[in-house]
Amino acid sequence: MGKRALVIDDSRAMRRVIANILVERGFEVLEAEHGQAALDVLAQAGPVDVALVDWNMPVMNGYEFIKSVRASPQYTRLTLMMVTTETEISQVVRALAAGANEYLMKPFTADDLVQKLELLGLV
Amino acid sequence: MLSPGDFDYICRLVLERSAIVLEPGKEYLVELRLKPLVRACGLADIGGLVQKLRTDRSGDLQREVVDAMTTNETSFFRDVHPFDTLRKIILPEMIRLRSTERALNLWCAAASSGQEIYSICMLIREHFPELASWRMNIVATDISREMIQRCREGRYSQLEVNRGLPAALLVKHFERVEMDWRIKDELRRMVDFREMNLASLWMGVPASDVIFMRNVLIYFDDAMKRQILGKVYNLLRPGGYLFLGGSETTLNLDSRFEQVKFDRTLCYRART
Repeated sequence: MGKRALVIDDSRAMRRVIANILVERGFEVLEAEHGQAALDVLAQAGPVDVALVDWNMPVMNGYEFIKSVRASPQYTRLTLMMVTTETEISQVVRALAAGANEYLMKPFTADDLVQKLELLGLV
Repeated sequence: MLSPGDFDYICRLVLERSAIVLEPGKEYLVELRLKPLVRACGLADIGGLVQKLRTDRSGDLQREVVDAMTTNETSFFRDVHPFDTLRKIILPEMIRLRSTERALNLWCAAASSGQEIYSICMLIREHFPELASWRMNIVATDISREMIQRCREGRYSQLEVNRGLPAALLVKHFERVEMDWRIKDELRRMVDFREMNLASLWMGVPASDVIFMRNVLIYFDDAMKRQILGKVYNLLRPGGYLFLGGSETTLNLDSRFEQVKFDRTLCYRART
């Protein structure tokens, strides 16, 4: 069975780019435009294997989303990858400390994303 | 537009200087790789560059052309599986085998811009702390002087560190330098980088326990592949392993090697 991914980004164009790459690798893709909407999707849509999370979004940003997910015992198996324009080393450290499993900096290529998914054992 | 005569000239030059065979159909590659050099020389096109090459007495321009033409596409932990095999099987086996002498020699034979050898260094630091007290001789060679210089600097763009490098290793082993990321000194000091042409004399490469020679044999003709594999055979220490690229093999080239498959990785070792 294919894996499920949740793409969280306030840019529709970016969601589409990421979704296309994932669909090509056999993922079923769900989308959300900010962290709060993503929590709603997780609560309603059943198990998700990986969430790809932008940092800067309205309502609830990616960092808050990751902290919230990691504080919820029902999502312990959810893999989290930050996908963001934040490129300072301190931000990478913060995201990992909050519970992100991986970190991909924008801009990136399809190969870059796939290699990160490989590292996480998802492709 | 690259003329057939100019293409032939570049092919002959690259063959003579590196033994890399550029077959017909690779004109696009020549144009792509040499365009920056054409621009840097203030020339209009590759035809102008070839004219300049014909009168280049110092050999510097010829070297720059060969540098530009030798492939350096790479990424951190490229293909993942060889590194998993190195971590789970090969290095533990080598540590057992060499536990008396407490010395290991590793050679990365096509270092390119350094991602492969630094991936190995990170893997060693992360998973084999006991090796910190061993005599480790880690050598990385490349035909390109420019690439060896890049390796020594250990400086990578954001796009390069995005590719295949786990974020946890990025924050641990790199530091920000302006817009780039640089490998920390401790890791850079682990490696002895040297300029070396696989098709000519092999100077200063130690007998090795593990040899990474990935994605470089594909650029040589069969005669040169045999010659190189023959030298690798002589250089591989008893029980040692050779890693080739996914589309490379010793089959039909040198029967003294045997294939060993570990999960999704093919390695080679000398038959006993």
